[in-house]
Amino acid sequence: MDPPWTQSDPLLTPRPYRVTRNRRELQDTVTLELESGDGAPLSFSAGQFNMLYLFGIGEVPISISGSPHEPDPLVHTIRSVGAVTKAICGLKRGQTLGVRGPFGKGWPLEAAIGQDLVLIAGGIGLAPLRPAVRQVIAQRDRYGKVSLLVGARTPKDLLYLAELKEWRSRFDLQVLITVDSAGADWRSHVGVVTMLISKAEFEAGETVAMICGPEVMMRFCVAELRKRGVVAENTYLSMERNMKCAVGYCGHCQFGPTFVCKDGPVFPLARIEPFFRMRGV
Amino acid sequence: MVSPNSKVILERDRLQTILDAIRAQGFRILGPTVRDEAIIYDDISRVEDLPIGWTDEQGAGRYRLCKRSDQAVFGFIGGAHSSKQFLFLPREMIWKVVREGKGFRFVDTQRDSAPLAFFGVRSCDLHAISIQDKVFMPVDPGYRARREKALIVAVQCGLAGKTCFCASMGTGPRATGDFDLALTEILEKQRHYFVVEIGTQRGAEIMEHVSHQAAAASDLEKAEAATRRALSQMGRTMEASDVKDLLYRNYEHPQWDDVARRCLTCANCTLVCPTCFCSSLEDATDLSGDQSERRRQWDSCFNLEHSYLHGGNIRSSPKARYRQWMTHKLATWQDQFGTSGCVGCGRCITWCPVGIDITAEVRAIRESEKRHGND
Repeated sequence: MDPPWTQSDPLLTPRPYRVTRNRRELQDTVTLELESGDGAPLSFSAGQFNMLYLFGIGEVPISISGSPHEPDPLVHTIRSVGAVTKAICGLKRGQTLGVRGPFGKGWPLEAAIGQDLVLIAGGIGLAPLRPAVRQVIAQRDRYGKVSLLVGARTPKDLLYLAELKEWRSRFDLQVLITVDSAGADWRSHVGVVTMLISKAEFEAGETVAMICGPEVMMRFCVAELRKRGVVAENTYLSMERNMKCAVGYCGHCQFGPTFVCKDGPVFPLARIEPFFRMRGV
Repeated sequence: MVSPNSKVILERDRLQTILDAIRAQGFRILGPTVRDEAIIYDDISRVEDLPIGWTDEQGAGRYRLCKRSDQAVFGFIGGAHSSKQFLFLPREMIWKVVREGKGFRFVDTQRDSAPLAFFGVRSCDLHAISIQDKVFMPVDPGYRARREKALIVAVQCGLAGKTCFCASMGTGPRATGDFDLALTEILEKQRHYFVVEIGTQRGAEIMEHVSHQAAAASDLEKAEAATRRALSQMGRTMEASDVKDLLYRNYEHPQWDDVARRCLTCANCTLVCPTCFCSSLEDATDLSGDQSERRRQWDSCFNLEHSYLHGGNIRSSPKARYRQWMTHKLATWQDQFGTSGCVGCGRCITWCPVGIDITAEVRAIRESEKRHGND
């Protein structure tokens, strides 16, 4: 039963990282800052993910939420939805977890240079888009108009609130925020994120859209974007499936003809469109 | 002196010498043998370990071991086993880790195992190996280590079963490459011998230690006749040239509901399939909590948990799971790896407890298109 090879393939074997900060974002969501055990920061592109491993508990795929141009510390935002993510959310400063990655294909920020951008996030979907927002801000002159549309259930469920306010104060960024329901003290939009698409400022013919959120939300966003003239080739989605090996051999994350772990998680809609419309694929 | 691409004759009573020559080079020999009323793959060392005088009758959901009237060594089709279980292990440890202070350390557990020699591999299974190579060679060091050292002695089929359809899939019955040696059994009243094709230098080196004779043109013609016989006995067919487009067009089709009413989602088809590669990864920690290992084991897209995502399972219905398996095997596989995932070995038909037949399912969808037209 012993593996017949020497250690350690970085794609298969986690490397130890130390928690330098655990910041609570929401009731069930934290952001971890991680420092590499061997000092070398993890170079990644916006939209890629890592497999996070907790000794004796298990491993989960989590997208990277830091800035690609500031890879140290490694930043992950994690929502507690199961045994492993719950334990990871409970990590304290100084504790260790394993990281292998980065995996997959990220947002098309190079291909989108010179274009208008519309970035649409639903709930925790803002976590994989944050690296893209930060990279775009760092290289703001490379892009045309940029809008960020953010939806959450309630004002209490808004991720990165302080940063959202900072982004909203910029004149070169259109930030629209909506929640499904809110109290009387809420001053912004109420309703689903798709209705913000009609308010976003972009020239449809030269726009790249990047969407991350629940599949049903992305489905409606795609329809709304199409109405405004954004074609499937310029619409990108971050898909979620059950990534286990992350290198394309375990078969779990298949989505039609693709493996989400290596062909995605970010896909141009044109590549996955027929399967995106079907149930149980 | 024999060289690759040449053909020689090995008498039946010298067959043991080929096993001895392989073993002398340090190989663990895996080959067909009779156990539990079936022909399986396991360690063999003597010619008597092979299923001499046995054959197997197969049909949809049916497998019977029967006595032959002669002493043929390879006069059978083959059971549920293939070389898959020795290259892509049903269970394998991926790594081991020990707790160390606040962190952990990976333990080097390297251990060399004997190189494997596969004896009696059929053409369909040779193709299955090269299909799994595309999945595992780039990313799985364990598979790579076993595969690179493996020696392959193929057997050219001289008969075909009722569930065989390799001819339709372009994977047989004659093996044309990817072997070190290939044997064609010729059994006559007066003489019992093998035509041996030398595929590689390694195969040639083994034959150096085996007493053999030159092959005459008539011997080669008899070997060709064996292939023609297998071809004529092919039990099933599948129109494969456009099956990818056919299934891509028919993700929504009443036939999926029909097959889902019969399918038990037992996963037998995926376990016996020589190309199915899904696995699950599990971490197991010992009772002290100081040592943990990651284990990989075969999984199946027929298991509900296969498509688990927090909040539910993507493919919750048997319909979605059967569709996933068959469309993957015949259609999406082609986009993933540039080849079909089906080699026409027929195992999924034989070993399905309710006799679901992949060739019949494809035919049903095709026929309904002909009746109703496709939009």
